[in-house]
Amino acid sequence: MALDGNAIGGLLLDIFAVEMTSAEATCAACGAVGPLAETTVYVRGPGTVVRCRRCTSVLMVMARVRGLNCVDLSGLAALEVTRSYD
Amino acid sequence: MARTAVHGRLSWQVATVGAVTEETDSVRTIALDLPDWPGHRAGQHLDVRLTAEDGYSAERSYSIASADGEPVAITVERLDDGEVSPYLTRELRPGDQMEVRGPIGNWFTWGPHDGGPLLLIAGGSGVVPLRAILRHRQRSGSTVPVRLLYSSRSLADVIYREELDQWSAEVRYTLTRSQPSGWGGFSGRVDEAMLARVAWPASQRPLAFICGPTPFVEAVAELLVARHYPASRVKTERFGGA
Amino acid sequence: MTSPVSRGFHRRSRPAGAEAGKLPPGQHVTTDFPVLSAGPTPHTPLQEWTFSIRRGGQTLRTWTWPQFQALPAETVTVDIHCVTRWSKLDTVWRGVPVRALLDQVDHDAQYVLAFSDGGYTTNLPVKDVSGGQAWLAFDYDGQPLAPEHGGPARLLVPHLYFWKSAKWVRGLELLDQDQPGFWENYGYNNYGDPWREQRYTGD
Repeated sequence: MALDGNAIGGLLLDIFAVEMTSAEATCAACGAVGPLAETTVYVRGPGTVVRCRRCTSVLMVMARVRGLNCVDLSGLAALEVTRSYD
Repeated sequence: MARTAVHGRLSWQVATVGAVTEETDSVRTIALDLPDWPGHRAGQHLDVRLTAEDGYSAERSYSIASADGEPVAITVERLDDGEVSPYLTRELRPGDQMEVRGPIGNWFTWGPHDGGPLLLIAGGSGVVPLRAILRHRQRSGSTVPVRLLYSSRSLADVIYREELDQWSAEVRYTLTRSQPSGWGGFSGRVDEAMLARVAWPASQRPLAFICGPTPFVEAVAELLVARHYPASRVKTERFGGA
Repeated sequence: MTSPVSRGFHRRSRPAGAEAGKLPPGQHVTTDFPVLSAGPTPHTPLQEWTFSIRRGGQTLRTWTWPQFQALPAETVTVDIHCVTRWSKLDTVWRGVPVRALLDQVDHDAQYVLAFSDGGYTTNLPVKDVSGGQAWLAFDYDGQPLAPEHGGPARLLVPHLYFWKSAKWVRGLELLDQDQPGFWENYGYNNYGDPWREQRYTGD
C-alpha cells in the first residue's frame, strides 16, 4: 500500500542523520516541490521507493544491502533541509 | 544543550513499559518509561524495535499519543494478521522492555505558534496523533479554535471516548458501520455534506491535519481542496498495516 | 549496546519441520501472500492490454488479451521465494509458458528485459525463461490474478527470487547484452538464485 514520507522518518534519520520529513524535494521529472512527508512512499518490498505525488516518477530508492543503506537520489533535482532548533 | 538533544534522538534507547490501558477491544495505550527522552512535538511518532530470543527483530512506527511533558505513550491497534501489534496489545506487560527511537517527524506536527483555526480529521487509529495535538493545545493554554471530525466503524471502536467527550463542543463522530439506536451524530463516510457542517471556511485560513488509512486520507484531502483549502494548509499522514 | 530481548516476542511464522528442507537458506514460510510494490497498481483495461516481444526498438510480435487467452495454458504448483525472506509453498498458478511465446519469434538473443506497466523492469537470461520454468500467469489459486498481485498477467519464474516475477508485465525486450532492471540497479543480484542465496550485487 502507498504511504507517505512520514512513514520513513526513521529510515531518513538513519541515512541523513537529521530530520528529513520536512525537507523540501524538487522532482527532477516534473519540477514539483514539496516536503518529503508528502511524497508517495512504497515501503514493502526489496527496498523503499519514494515517488513524486504529482507525476509518480521515482525520486529516491533506498535498499538495505548486506546491512548497509544504499541510497539513490537521482530522481531529485534538489533536496533542501530546513534546520530546526529546539 | 541542543546538541545533546539531537544525539539522543538519533539513537535507540531502552524503554520500560509502564501502565497499559485497554482503550477498546483491540486498542491499547502503552506508557513508556524513557529516561533519556528529549521531549517531543504533538503529531510526531517514534519507532519501536522488538528483538526475539533468536535475534530476530522487527521495527514499527507508532504515533505518540501524549503531549510533551506527559509520560511518553503510544496507542496501538491490533491487526489480526500483524506480527508486532498482536504482541504489543496482548502479550506485553508492565516491566517489559523494548527499544525506542524518536521523536521523529517535523512536518506533521502542531504547536500553538502554528495558529489555526484547526481542523483535525481522523480515520480509525489516525486519531492518535490528533489526540496528542488536542492535549498539547489544552496544556499550552492555547485558545486556537479546533474541531475534530473522527470517523470510526462503531461507537465501541472510538478510542479515547471519555476524554474526547470532554471536548464535546469541538468533537464530531461519524460512525461508518453501525450506530447505536437514537444516534444523533453523523453516519457513513466523510463526505462533502459533512464537511460543509464541520470544516472551517477557507476564508478563515484554517490549518487541517488528516490522519488514517491511505484511502481515507486521500478522499478527505481531496474534499478539503475542493473547499478551497490550499494544499499547503492540509497536512496528511497515512497509516498502513503491519 | 546489545538489544534487550523483548520477553515473549517472536517472529510470526516459523518453518515447520517437514517444510524446512524445502526452503532456500535464510527463508521462512508464510501462509499469507504479502503484497510488495515499487509503485502504484496499474489498471490497464483488458481491451487495451497487449504483450509484446521487442528487439532493438522494433516490436516482433504482439498478443492481445483474447489472443493470449487462446494460447495453451497449464496449471502449475510451485514454491515462491521473496528476497525479503518469506517463502510461500505450493502456490497454484495458471499461465502460458513463456517458451510458447518466445518460440513464435525468430531470435538469437541471450537475455531478456521484462517490462511492465508503471515502468518496472527485471532482467533474465533467455534460457531461464525459455526452458519450461517460466510462465506468463493470469490465474492464481483458481481465480483471475488480482491487480495487487500483478493482474491481469505477471511473469512467474519461481526458480529465482520473486522480484524477477514481474507484476503487470507487458512484454520482453530481447537483448544481446545483459542489462540490469529496476531492483538490479539498486543493489540486488543480477541473477537471483535463492538456493545460492544470491540476494545482492556481488553475492
